[in-house]
Amino acid sequence: MILFCLNLVNTLKGRLCRSLFAGFVISTAALAADAATSSSVHSRALSNGLEIFVKVDRRAPVAVSMLLYRAGSIDETNGTTGVAHVLEHMMFQGTHRVPGGEFSTKIAEAGGRSNAFTSEDYTGYHQQLHNSSLELSFELEADRMVNLDLTEASFAKELRVVMEERRQRVDDNPRALVYERLHSTMFMAHPYRTPVVGWMNDLENMRLSDARDWYDTWYAPNNAVLVVSGDVQPEQVFALAEKYFGPIPAKPLPMRKPQAEPEQNDIKRVIVKAPARMPTVAMAYHAPALRDIENDWEPYALSLLAGVLDGHPAARLERAMVSESRVAHSVSSHYDGIRRGPGAFYVNVTPAQGKSVDDVERVWREQLALLIAGGVSEDELQRVKAQVIASQVYSQDSVFSQASQIGRMRSLGLPHDAALTMTGKLREVTPDQVRAVARKYLIDDRLTIAILDPQPMAQVGEAGLTMTDQAGSGSK
Amino acid sequence: MIVAGLVCAYTSTAQAGPEIESWQAASGARVLYAASRTLPMLDVAVDFPGGSSRDAPEKIGLASLTLRMMRKGTSSLDENRISEELAGIGARLSQRFDLDRSGYALRSLSDKTVRDNALEILQGVLATPSFPADVLEREKSRTIAFIEERSIRPGVIAAQTFNKLLYGDHPYGATRTGTPETVAALNRDDLVSFHRQHYVAQDAVVTIVGDVSKQEAQRIAEDVTRRLPRASEPLAPLPPVPAMTESAEVVIPHAASQAHIYIGMPGVRRGDPDYFPLWIAGQILGGGGMTSMLNEELREKRGLTYSAYSYFSPYLLPGPFTITLQTRKDQAWEALSVARTTLEDFIAEGPTEQQLQAAKRYVIGGFALNIDSNAELIGYLAMVGFYQLPLDYLDRFPEQISKVTLGEVQDALRRRLAPAKTATVVVGPTERP
Repeated sequence: MILFCLNLVNTLKGRLCRSLFAGFVISTAALAADAATSSSVHSRALSNGLEIFVKVDRRAPVAVSMLLYRAGSIDETNGTTGVAHVLEHMMFQGTHRVPGGEFSTKIAEAGGRSNAFTSEDYTGYHQQLHNSSLELSFELEADRMVNLDLTEASFAKELRVVMEERRQRVDDNPRALVYERLHSTMFMAHPYRTPVVGWMNDLENMRLSDARDWYDTWYAPNNAVLVVSGDVQPEQVFALAEKYFGPIPAKPLPMRKPQAEPEQNDIKRVIVKAPARMPTVAMAYHAPALRDIENDWEPYALSLLAGVLDGHPAARLERAMVSESRVAHSVSSHYDGIRRGPGAFYVNVTPAQGKSVDDVERVWREQLALLIAGGVSEDELQRVKAQVIASQVYSQDSVFSQASQIGRMRSLGLPHDAALTMTGKLREVTPDQVRAVARKYLIDDRLTIAILDPQPMAQVGEAGLTMTDQAGSGSK
Repeated sequence: MIVAGLVCAYTSTAQAGPEIESWQAASGARVLYAASRTLPMLDVAVDFPGGSSRDAPEKIGLASLTLRMMRKGTSSLDENRISEELAGIGARLSQRFDLDRSGYALRSLSDKTVRDNALEILQGVLATPSFPADVLEREKSRTIAFIEERSIRPGVIAAQTFNKLLYGDHPYGATRTGTPETVAALNRDDLVSFHRQHYVAQDAVVTIVGDVSKQEAQRIAEDVTRRLPRASEPLAPLPPVPAMTESAEVVIPHAASQAHIYIGMPGVRRGDPDYFPLWIAGQILGGGGMTSMLNEELREKRGLTYSAYSYFSPYLLPGPFTITLQTRKDQAWEALSVARTTLEDFIAEGPTEQQLQAAKRYVIGGFALNIDSNAELIGYLAMVGFYQLPLDYLDRFPEQISKVTLGEVQDALRRRLAPAKTATVVVGPTERP
């Protein structure tokens, strides 16, 4: 999953919203929940369709409030890619009742932290506050669900900010470019082919009316989930939610079409030329996503397969490719299958000095063949499961992640306590099932390979630039 | 109304503060402990004065490599066994490294058998690393590749050039992971000797947060430090940070689409008498909350940047005061001019009373958020322990902030920032128009 945020949280706080969801979706903390989690979750639905979940944690006098809309880049259409994320930014530009930057000022003056994120599947807004300020969060969040004041001036300015964000996160980041191209190559029909932040040309041509249409279409209580975690009283939270969100009417929502990806029938390759020193190989296999948490088994097996390959520094790939054959400087794998659209299984390798992308691709194939021929051992699997189980407990340490876990599951249409069920299901996976999904899904007909082809600096930039060492060209 | 809100927020924060206990282990290590019995988990961090500032000029990168190699084999376990044993019990071992400090942090379930196994591994990693020569060669090669990859990134070039301008040849100015040349020249003896000198019991700070009793914490602290080397003499103090003698601006062309801009100067140290006034000044100028002056001028008014921040990074010696932002290359000079003007006006005039009050409300009202997880709490405790700050530092932080007056902020800015020379680094455009 790729997330874009309203702001890069500064280094003092160390709360990079990027890192909370990114990466190893099933195999680490994002999955986790324990028995205590689900039992202490209180839920309610308002008559306008807004779902509310409350998770009590009394360790500190804080509250996290998170509102997620089931609208992300998956719901965008050609020509307006990035609009979900642009609207997320516009949500901080003022309403008819709380104009300009007053939203941020009010939250900050209450000692609150506020941010937002947009992913492929949903858009989230969150505040972390002293528990005495929860009402302020609801008041402001409910206000901007309906009263957003979209003006040409703030839109033009914020678009420029978003274009800077794209430059910062993607255009000047070779590895992000590789993943952008990987997705746009592996998907030809499904909207996962477009980047969450949007194509630059779409941003350049976006109009205020595009943002307004998006807001009018998707921002409604019946398309949202509200989650609160922390030292709060559930009944009070429900009463506050009724007071502020209750009067907002529901809207009819457009039909969401599956836009299923046609079956791929051969390997796809794409080369990305960008300034870098080391090449990298990013591979993605089409794989199923989790739909029926009780009866599906393949997504759980794929998740453990990722752990067997790369769950710890002595796991198969790291050991074989980095420690022993030393064909790679680094390797990683993960399965992304808890999402609204199709799933994918990723393997990323950076070749060691003197090794080529062909070398690492060959060794990866050897490792895969070895796994399919010999299977995985009960010991290997047990280590991965132990990590999953411990991660359940660790994930409860963060008040924020408790809220985001619940919100994420519901936004994807899964039960709020799906994480708990999933943990149980992960424990049941057998070595044979892991081997079976590797054999079935990690095949060339499902594979897309994106290769970062490193370019020397002088040839990628603007004409006339010469790059030298940092020490060489400085001037006072 | 405003005052009432302040008092209320502060009082409830103070009441919620965790109880911190501290003692010295038989080994000489300093120990800090806070119980947190809600979740069945345990965090243990052990820090040493083995940060990058301890590198000799010809061995830059040694501190970092030593730390990373410590988990690559001990007297009883090889790297694979270490990783497998930890994975098998769901424990996580992570490194901590900055200018001053280096260390390992362990997160484990608090079940006694599980945590004893995990702590046994931590103990071996800290006290008896074997630094296998073969693994060392591999890690050197990976490190060099990593350094080379980073060396062409505009943000890295900007940050490293900035540090060099601020600190010159002082250890705080060196790159933390070294250069390809210095890393290539490191050998096993260097690591063994760095470990013996810097990972000593007398300098260790053990921080324990989680589901263990004080008695158990005492035993844990004894166990993880018992086999550490002992120092024969105290570590030499770092040389003082030299004052910058002139302001400097360095422009480095780069092919990237955005310019990376750094502005700053040496700032404050831990325990600095001006720490609180300056810290809150940094917050007003460019801190979090999307309400800072830099955010307002650069992002909200002009749409020039996605992120613009300023902050003090306190260390044992004055760490950098940094303003950093990125903007499309052709806007670099406009953005730089706006940032500089904002800074200069701020230094000359200081914040308004209204800005100061707003910043206080942000910091004090939100203080509980900084320690609402064991992970964050152990970070603060380790900092308090390493820098020998008062044990009630956390409890008193909101109070210290609330006491800061406008006059103190203006005075601190005038004395500390106004006369200082500034360093400016712009990576991206070719030259000033």
